[in-house]
Amino acid sequence: MKILTTPRLERCIGCHSCSLACARLVHQRLSWDLAGIRIASSGGLSTGFEARTCLACTQAPCALACPTGAYSQRRGGGVIVRKNLCICCGECARACPVDAIYLDPTGDPFVCLHCGKCVPFCPHDCLEMKEVAGGSLAGKAEAPEVAA
Amino acid sequence: MIRDFFRVLVVDLASGKGKVAKVSGREEVAGGSGLGALLFAKYGKADKPWDDPEQPVIFAIGPLTGYFPLMSKTVAAFKSPYHDQYAESHAGGRSALALRFADLDALVLTGRASSPSALVVGSRHLELKEVHYLWGLDIQESGKLLRRMFKGSGHRSILRIGPAGENNSAMAGINVDTYRHFGRLGGGAALGAKNVKAIVIIGDGSFPLMEGKDYPKLFESVYQKLTATDMMQKYHNLGTPVNVAILNEQKALPWRNLQATTDPNVHGITGERFAETALLRNAACAGCPVGCIHIGFSRERFHTDYRYFYRQVSYDHEPIFATGSMLGVTDCFAVLDIIDVIEQMGLDVMSAGVALAWATEALEKGVVTEKETLLPLKFGQHQTYEEALRHLAFGVNDFYRLLTQGTLKAAAHYGGADFACVLGQEMAGYATGEVFFASQALGLRHSHLDSAGYNYDQTHRDKDVGQAVDFLIKDEASRAFLTSMVACLFARGVYTEELLGECLQVVGYAALADNIGAVSRNIQKLRWQTRITTGFNPAGVSIPKRFTEVTTRKGKVDGEFLLALKGAYARRILAITHGEDLSPG
Repeated sequence: MKILTTPRLERCIGCHSCSLACARLVHQRLSWDLAGIRIASSGGLSTGFEARTCLACTQAPCALACPTGAYSQRRGGGVIVRKNLCICCGECARACPVDAIYLDPTGDPFVCLHCGKCVPFCPHDCLEMKEVAGGSLAGKAEAPEVAA
Repeated sequence: MIRDFFRVLVVDLASGKGKVAKVSGREEVAGGSGLGALLFAKYGKADKPWDDPEQPVIFAIGPLTGYFPLMSKTVAAFKSPYHDQYAESHAGGRSALALRFADLDALVLTGRASSPSALVVGSRHLELKEVHYLWGLDIQESGKLLRRMFKGSGHRSILRIGPAGENNSAMAGINVDTYRHFGRLGGGAALGAKNVKAIVIIGDGSFPLMEGKDYPKLFESVYQKLTATDMMQKYHNLGTPVNVAILNEQKALPWRNLQATTDPNVHGITGERFAETALLRNAACAGCPVGCIHIGFSRERFHTDYRYFYRQVSYDHEPIFATGSMLGVTDCFAVLDIIDVIEQMGLDVMSAGVALAWATEALEKGVVTEKETLLPLKFGQHQTYEEALRHLAFGVNDFYRLLTQGTLKAAAHYGGADFACVLGQEMAGYATGEVFFASQALGLRHSHLDSAGYNYDQTHRDKDVGQAVDFLIKDEASRAFLTSMVACLFARGVYTEELLGECLQVVGYAALADNIGAVSRNIQKLRWQTRITTGFNPAGVSIPKRFTEVTTRKGKVDGEFLLALKGAYARRILAITHGEDLSPG
């Protein structure tokens, strides 16, 4: 199972190509909001950029909060979304501690599905799909491999 | 949003109310540059001065904005305080995508706010907020406060003016998202005259895309062309400053008010020097994966102990030319210090740098004295220039008040017009020869980007007036279509007419796709008609003597060839406005 990670976000130039790709290829929209990854400057462009995206929780608060089963736990982290079950109540977005879920004006939630379609559109290689066994936090620092 | 009309938000600043207007003409003018001229015809007053409250300030995007990479620029159209005629200025940042996602093809400001105000627009938002407490603040301070005051971080664009715009400087730009600018021809004063300190555009809308795979497939192909090839390498590697060393080598870099075109001390301000010593990082306009924005740093030691503060300053070829070679400043950090002051004051860097270069030579020659300049301006003395730039932005005395309206305005009063480096407005950083000088002097925006005159100089040594003017006219029409899309002109090598046709077709503008040539010429004609209706006389343009004293790679500039080019180009421009055949012949 793979998850989307953001290990090199310091390189981000704020082009929004990832968000636009997700909206275009996953949701068939022209948008930088209706996407599983959204880029924002953190207090002005001079301070660099941050990505609002799913950290692939293994006990996802959004899935726990969802009252209809539209969001359910994904193996390896993150959630599986069944749009036909969603009543647009917004509980998922309110439960997410890192603001990774975007609600459109009708309350329709958009979250990363860890499909990786955004990855090839990042010109600075900020994003990476990583294999996880039991799930891990996206972007989490990894210990270097040391020979035994 | 794909539609066969333009959705335009027209805001009356006097009442703070707006109306959404449905404007027809998509198939005739496309958007961007064409739309700017169309809307000026509808809302502008050709016979009234630039600061009449009725004059509109227009921001327009194009049919491909946001749909394809590098379709990332916005056209600002207004009556310019510089020449009191119709003007266009272009900028990127997030402005274009923010307008797209605010669901606006254009934003038009009319009237005058009763006190300093910030306008906030979005797909579901319109607010005119009184902000007298921001008036007088520089670009950085006002930016920090605006970011705190308004929502939409990351997906909004913040346009703002500095002291120069508040003080009616014809060299005042509009800062866009800190690192980009509607720099030229005084857009900052056009907003200042309306009491508009800032515009916040919140891009909070979204649109369904066309069904099927054609669009994503074409997008990917365009994206690959723009990123996977080396076509854009120039712009994201050293960026435009790569030109500094090249032009110096070619005897085409203006030095010390164009008293020379090459100098061995260039090594301190080359693109390579900036990249190796001062480059912090790159940034991009929204919707552009190239990332051509190069950000360096300016640091100041403010205490005898090792106490510093620093600022991030974007640089390009033009700012380096205007504050480096043109002012005889040959250290990259000194250049960044000067650019930083220009940024904070909200001045246009090219205009301000070139104006101070003239002032320096005028002082050297005794045309003006320190009584006027207040400072011992001297080529290479960057700290003196930093102080002079503040004088220019605030218009502290008669001399600076006149100079900030344009170098030739000051020269008309004090003398020294012969060595004023003005080609319609203060020159751009290309002393390539006669064709460029004629093209900037007469170009619609008086920009080096109106047409590739500099490139023509670099590749032609003949003196064929007809062929050169044919090239300028044809190249201008093609660029007018690109700036109606609104593409970044860095992508002009990728976005051929054929590819633009495919892009327009796939998103649903079949009629435009089938008619690019005719629409290009129509836009070209409409823009020139608008300019001429507001007072431009191409036959009356004069080129200062300094430009004929220059030696370029081609040798000494040929004054007669320059004069012939200017005359022929002016006649062709007038012919365009009369609807005469434009085909090269």
